[in-house]
Amino acid sequence: MNEIVKKEKLAPQINLIEVNVPEIVNKARPGQFVILRIHEEGERIPMSIADLEPKTGVLTIVFQEVGKSTVQLGRFKAGDTLCDVVGPLGRPTHIERYGKCVCVGGGIGIAPIHPIARALKEAGNQVISIIGARSKELLIMEKEMKKTSDELLICTDDGSYGFHGFVTQPLSRLLKDGTKVDFCMVIGPVPMMKTACMVTHPYGVKTMVSLNPIMVDGTGMCGVCRVTVAGKTKFACVDGPDFDGHQVDFDELSRRLSMYVKQEKISLERYLSLTGKS
Amino acid sequence: MEAKDRLKIPRQKMPEQSAEKRIQNFGEVPLGYTPEQAQKEAARCLQCKKPTCIAGCPVEVDIPGFIKLIEEGDFIAAARKLKETNSLPAVCGRVCPQEEQCEKTCILSKKFDPCAIGNLERFAADYEREQGDVAIPEIADSTGKKVAVVGSGPAGLTVAGDLIKMGHEVTVFELLHKAGGVLVYGIPEFRLPKMIVQSEVDYLSSLGVKIKTSWPIGTIQTVDDLFQEGYDAVFLGTGAGLPNFMGIPGENLNGIYSANEYLTRSNLMKAYAFPEADTPILSGKKVAVLGGGNTAMDAVRTSLRLGAENAIIVYRRSRAEMPAREGEIHHAEQEGVKFHFLTTPIRFSGNRDGWVTQMECLKMKLGEPDKSGRRRPIPIDGSNFTMEVDTVVVAIGNSSHPLVPQTTPGLELNKWGNIVADPETGQTSRKGVFAGGDIVTGGATVILAAGAGKKAARAIDAYLKTL
Repeated sequence: MNEIVKKEKLAPQINLIEVNVPEIVNKARPGQFVILRIHEEGERIPMSIADLEPKTGVLTIVFQEVGKSTVQLGRFKAGDTLCDVVGPLGRPTHIERYGKCVCVGGGIGIAPIHPIARALKEAGNQVISIIGARSKELLIMEKEMKKTSDELLICTDDGSYGFHGFVTQPLSRLLKDGTKVDFCMVIGPVPMMKTACMVTHPYGVKTMVSLNPIMVDGTGMCGVCRVTVAGKTKFACVDGPDFDGHQVDFDELSRRLSMYVKQEKISLERYLSLTGKS
Repeated sequence: MEAKDRLKIPRQKMPEQSAEKRIQNFGEVPLGYTPEQAQKEAARCLQCKKPTCIAGCPVEVDIPGFIKLIEEGDFIAAARKLKETNSLPAVCGRVCPQEEQCEKTCILSKKFDPCAIGNLERFAADYEREQGDVAIPEIADSTGKKVAVVGSGPAGLTVAGDLIKMGHEVTVFELLHKAGGVLVYGIPEFRLPKMIVQSEVDYLSSLGVKIKTSWPIGTIQTVDDLFQEGYDAVFLGTGAGLPNFMGIPGENLNGIYSANEYLTRSNLMKAYAFPEADTPILSGKKVAVLGGGNTAMDAVRTSLRLGAENAIIVYRRSRAEMPAREGEIHHAEQEGVKFHFLTTPIRFSGNRDGWVTQMECLKMKLGEPDKSGRRRPIPIDGSNFTMEVDTVVVAIGNSSHPLVPQTTPGLELNKWGNIVADPETGQTSRKGVFAGGDIVTGGATVILAAGAGKKAARAIDAYLKTL
């Protein structure tokens, strides 16, 4: 249990791991998340589910190395074991036959949107996916997204691949051109989710976002993951992580995500000085 | 010894770390009795023929019985006597409000200081553990019945300890990575060292209780799945859930914690040792803790140890109405915590980056008693004033834990989301499903949860016999 059976570097600082957690995989559904710890003094790290393989009991996680814990996890290899993994947590994404759906994924947000796009397609929807990254080398899971989408649009901020610009631009174009979109799912950096919701709002397209606030227990106890949705406090770990994007206070979310920037820097620098840079 | 000689012995004070020293560390505050002190204190017990103290104990410990063994110097036997009825004596000896329970009903308390029952319980349990001479009690023949206990806090651990001794197979499911519930995530090291909780959990394991951590009942398995898997009964001791907030403007500013989060970071995640431990916590200089319960005392005393220069309690009623134990309030005062009574915050404001900097408050006065019997606080118009703060901890209680109630059809809940259970048996609206502790009562104490667990264990045993 909790063994890493495969590890792959998808892009600079972006890794994929496959973890053997059959009981979680049996019950987990797209849109849910897990929390893992990598050692006894480790923090509880919430991770989106990028894929589930019920036959083998393998859970796929894609993560970016940003702080001490993810940098350390980036050094794990196939055969290593995680200290603990708990899940599935949060409510699954609501899947139904909407008609035409647009799945927008930015950066490592492409990973959790992947099983959602697939579930939407399996439910009989037409799925248009728009995925983007800063540059071609940072774009992940293109092949997988192609498989689960009827149409795939690719964007890069620097124009090194696909459309030159942000994912929100083709989304806006699509709606302007009169495409009737019945449902939109957006996962990515907070500013991107915020902009995407501003784009879909005038068209009245139901738009769900998956939020990633700071969590500690992640099971409905500590209350750190509170977000304001339609003026009310909600807890992403048990009320979410999916929320109506037109109602979310994204500015508050951004602010709350920055709460430990100073400490995160101290922790990473200390780790790198103790262990070396690579 | 004659009773009149016993009455001459003064109540033995337990030595403790000085306030100046202890706010520099997370070590336990009271240091424990020496064997001599314990025997001297034990000699104060009058060994009443009809003891009144036992009636004050939710888990029915044979109080004169274990105290007599301490007086005789057989400390190990005293510990075993305790464990006949209490699975968690080292915990209860530390965190029970004895002054409201056994010590309140101790006959001595009418004219003298009551016998220090809690201190003696702690001494005997610690002695046994430190001697490494922990005996395995007699376990009844296997009944072949399986019980699932959901949650490993004081209620769950008590149920598990009692049922295993009755010969049932018991598995405890805990959703966090460590067993102990509020004993590990909520109560700070300086009041209840985590090593002690761990050894109580290890003791249960040694009796044969299986403990499965990181296992969220409600998602990975539902209560119905447990029955399908062959469990004959389920006990729900899932405890407190999401924290209550004041519902006032600015409450989501950076620097404002719930007590659950603040204490979980410091206790379960050991954030006080950051960066040796990975989880960070803000070490505020001007810390305001809102609330007057034990949790508020734990939070404010934690903030001092994290380096607060100004640690204050803001409570809407007066000192007399505070629900915290007198001893905790006293310890907080000794450590330099300031108290703002009859004060309630109405708004937080922050700087440009969204960090809390100020708290606007109103002064209150006390009106007629409310349903809780405490005098209702009434705001005084125009009494507004502001306080400079950089960290705020909201410690005004919790709602119920949502995972199991959300996923168990047919489980009756009250309007607060707590599970409806018979107070004498823990029986819920579902056959074979019992519940106890904070998930039933709302936020209460460790010993009330343990007491509910004790009653539920008896009822579960009776239920299993009917199958």
